[in-house]
Order: sequence, then structure tokens, then C-alpha cells
Amino acid sequence: MRSLAYTRFELVRTFRNWRLLVFSLGFPLVLFFMIAAPNRDVHNFDGSGIALPLYYMVGLVSFGAMTSLISTGARIASERTDGWTRQLRITPLRSAAYFRAKVLTGYAMAGATIVLLYASGISIGVSLPAGRWLEMTGLILIALVPFAALGVLLGHLATADTIGPATGGLVSLLALVSGTWFPLGSHGIVHDLAQYLPSYWLVCASHISLGGPAWAGTGWAVVGSWAAVLAILARVAYRRDTKRV
Amino acid sequence: MSSHPSYRAGLARIDDLRRQADALRRASLGSVERDDAAPGVVLRGAVKSYRTGGAVVHAVRGIDVSIAKGDTVALLGPNGAGKSTTIDMLLGLIAPDSGSVSLMGGPPKDAVAHGMVGAMLQAGALIRDVTPRELLKMMASLHPDPLEVADALELAGLTEVADRRTQKLSGGQAQRVRFALALVADPAVLILDEPTVGMDVEARRGFWASVRGFAARGKTVIFATHYLEEADAYADRVILMSNGRVVADGATSEIRARVGRRTIRATLPNIDLATLSVLPGVAAADRRGEEIILVCSDSDAAVRALLGAYPEARDIEIAGAGLEEAFVELTTYHEDTPAPTRRQEALV
Repeated sequence: MRSLAYTRFELVRTFRNWRLLVFSLGFPLVLFFMIAAPNRDVHNFDGSGIALPLYYMVGLVSFGAMTSLISTGARIASERTDGWTRQLRITPLRSAAYFRAKVLTGYAMAGATIVLLYASGISIGVSLPAGRWLEMTGLILIALVPFAALGVLLGHLATADTIGPATGGLVSLLALVSGTWFPLGSHGIVHDLAQYLPSYWLVCASHISLGGPAWAGTGWAVVGSWAAVLAILARVAYRRDTKRV
Repeated sequence: MSSHPSYRAGLARIDDLRRQADALRRASLGSVERDDAAPGVVLRGAVKSYRTGGAVVHAVRGIDVSIAKGDTVALLGPNGAGKSTTIDMLLGLIAPDSGSVSLMGGPPKDAVAHGMVGAMLQAGALIRDVTPRELLKMMASLHPDPLEVADALELAGLTEVADRRTQKLSGGQAQRVRFALALVADPAVLILDEPTVGMDVEARRGFWASVRGFAARGKTVIFATHYLEEADAYADRVILMSNGRVVADGATSEIRARVGRRTIRATLPNIDLATLSVLPGVAAADRRGEEIILVCSDSDAAVRALLGAYPEARDIEIAGAGLEEAFVELTTYHEDTPAPTRRQEALV
């Protein structure tokens, strides 16, 4: 299968880059152990009845997985700078196969982050019913679709030297206003606007573990709309991106 | 090298294809439009401008070129002549503002989608964390009828570094990997954009030997270069570009001839320069001691007239304008000149 050969190639290439692995997989783990390990016995975080390790584990899962998928953009930007994207353009590789490879590679990185954080959580006493793990993880994976498209889009818009600040700033901002690090409260302008962001629903998905509700209709509509719009924009950006960078 | 079956089969086909190519060439000699025989690449009135920082750059100002299948053609010109833009249009990477481009009888995108095109683009670096063998394997898998990866590695001289990571390769080796990437598709058209930049003399020689071997299989090869000697040595035909236009198109000997001016030097003391400068075919006359120098518009007529009038003239030398001089003369073209100068008008 042609398209799978390219996907396999991308996966091999990405997982061989140990610097990338150390920073994108290692960073959330280090943060998690720094915050949660000394507080492993805090079972009633801030009077909420929630265990602190669980709260930060799922917070870092949304942050880390979102970062992994948006980082696809950094890899694409450097491929463009190297002229590799133009080289691919003059092969019979279809754009669908290109997107599949990029999205699956991003998901593989996100999946690795999620699994490592779950394992780290369990190692310091996080426990959840099997159904909760599954429901949370399934919904997180769906909530990541818009970010997969966003990564490809940014990669074809930014250059190798602008992609870092662009994605770093964007992820931090989204994480902050979506309640990744601390609760947003239940009203106010940030809360109202955040509901239209896909990152808000990503955090909601991860909070299923804390006893939060699964998505209502709004959640599906917001995530679905962002996914569709960003996928279309990513496709347009890829199509137009044939010039020398 | 000859141990590879595909290589031997290739060799067996070379003579056959050469004969066919010669027949085609003979057939097309009489006609003005060579592409009547076999349209490989056709650009018709292609124009491309783009904006950079508010200024409009007229990269290609209308070129008409047609290249028969099986030809090896050089796009020669100084930096900024429009070579790379022309190549990008041939590859379908950019669309012309006006005019048309066709590759192997259709739009470039179709030729690319059918895997008929291999190209070596100007690029900064190879992608990292893979080996040349893996890179070629993946590339081969994208094409309908690729070469064996081992053969492509050997043709590009990469067998020894086939399993080394790309970031550990030297500049010349990286360049050969790019060449192998273009070759492995076994394309009908091979397009090379300044392929030998960064190669040393020996690497260049090896590289061109590989290109020739490839072209000998009846493939069309188009390469852009600003090295005169490369165009002269490796192309059947040279398309000389300057400032977005084709300023000369033909065999290198023709291009030399177009500049036309040859000089005659002879030892001929005590002759009035004024009488020399009116000889047929002489444009100007000069003297250095006992030696006279005649700049000729027609050196054949001039030498006959000189010997007729002054049989005592001796040590006669006739020198043609070098390709280098032709290149400079044909490509010197001022940015703000709106229309071609008279000389260029006369030439095109």
C-alpha cells in the first residue's frame, strides 16, 4: 500500500528523533512528578474531594496530547524549509495519504504521552474504574481531531523559525483559558468564551475522570465544527504551499 | 555495476533507443517545430511574475520552448534569469500567469500524478533521521514503475553510505541522495535544478556520467545551470535565458556563432589601418606593433580579402568568440530596459 508506506516512513522517522521524544514525552512527565509526587497523599485537593495526582495527571494529559498534535506543525515547517515538501509534491503521493501520515504520526505521539502519564499516575496511586478510563480516553482522542488539523495548518503557514513561538504561545493560552491548570468557575466572560474552544471540551473530556459529565450537544457541535473548518483550511494551506520557502 | 540485470537490460536497449532517437532527430530536422515529432515539454508564451516586499519581479517574461522526448537540454543563464521559475512551472509547482505549459502531452500535474517526472530541486538540507535506503524505498513505493532501490543507490554512487543517517552525510553525498530520489522513480523526464552546486570536480564528473547513462535510455533530461562548461559538455541543446527571456536557443556551437565576431591577427607592418578597415567582412582594425587585429563580421570574407590585397601577411590567426564571451554578450541586459535591445532583437 502506497499511502501506508509513507505513514510508516513518517512514524519511523519521528520516533527515531530522540531529542524530540525527550522533550515532548519527557516534559509532561517531569512536570507531573514535580507537582504530584510530593502531594501524592492529597486526596481532597482544595476542599474539592478530588485527589491532586489525578487532577494534574489529566491536566497534563490534555496539555501534553494537544502539544503533541500541534507539534506536527513544527515538523512540517522544518520539512518545508528543507525543501522536502516540494520534493513530495512532484511524486504521485495523494494529499489524503499525506494528511493520513501526518495525523497518525501526531496521534502516535499524543498516544505515547497519554499512556506514559496514565502509567505515571498509577505508579503514585491514581486509580479509576475501567469504564472511566475508557470513556475519558475515547472522548479525549475525539477532542484532539481539531488539533491534528491545526498542527498541519500551522506547519504550512509558518516557517521553521516562527513555528516555535506560534505553537508555544497558542498552546499555553488555550490551556490557560480552557481550565487545564485550575478550574474556570462556572460563569464569567472567560468561561462563556472558552466554551467555543475545542480545548475547553478536551479538558471536559479529561475531567470525566473527576466525575464530570460527558459532552452535551454543544461539545460535539463545537469540536465537530472546529475539526471541519481547520481540516478544510489545512487542505487549502497544503494545496497552496508549493513555493520555495 | 554490469552485474545488475536491469542495468544489462538497459544497456541492451540503449542502442535501440539511440537509433530511434536519431531517426526522430533526422525526421524533425527539416521542420521548424521540433515538437511535431514527439512533444515532451512545451512552454507557450509562459509568463510569471510575483511580488516580494511590494515590488513586482517579472521572473519569466514570456518564453516559447519545445523540447522533444529523449533530448538533453540545458537551461543556461545567470542568477535571476528565470531558470528556477521555469522549472517550477514545468513541474506544476507554480502555474504561469498566462501562457501554457505541457509535460509529456498533458498538464504537468497529470504527468506528476502518473509518476513520469523525477526532479532534483534546489534545497537546503535532506530530511533527517532516515537512511538513503529507507528514503529511496519510500520514494519507490510512491511510483508505479520504479527502479530497484539497490540499482538507484548504485547509479548515484551511494551503496557505501546507504545505511547511514542522512544527517551524517557530506554535502556531496546529500546531493547524490537527491539525485537518487529523482532517479528511483525511473521517470520519463528528469529535471535537475542546478544539480552540481556543492560538488567537487570529481563528483561532478561522476554525476554527469550517471546522468548520461540515464539519458541514453531514451529519457528526456532538462537541467538548469549557470556553469557554461556543463551546458556545453552535457547538453544536446542550450536554451540561454536572461532576465526572464530566452535570448538564444540551439547547439552551443550555434550560440557561439550568433555572437558572430571573430578576430584575425596577422603580422603585416607598414599598412594604413584605414585601408584595412574597409576590407570586406572587417568591422574594425587595430594595430599592436607589427601585428594587426581585425574584428570581423565575416571572417571568411575578410581573410580572403586580406590575402588577396596583402599576400605578404603572415602568422595569421583566426579566433572565434568564446562561449564565455557569447554568454556575457547575450545575457547582458539592463533591468530597466523595457524592450529587447537591437542586438537581442536581431538574435531572437
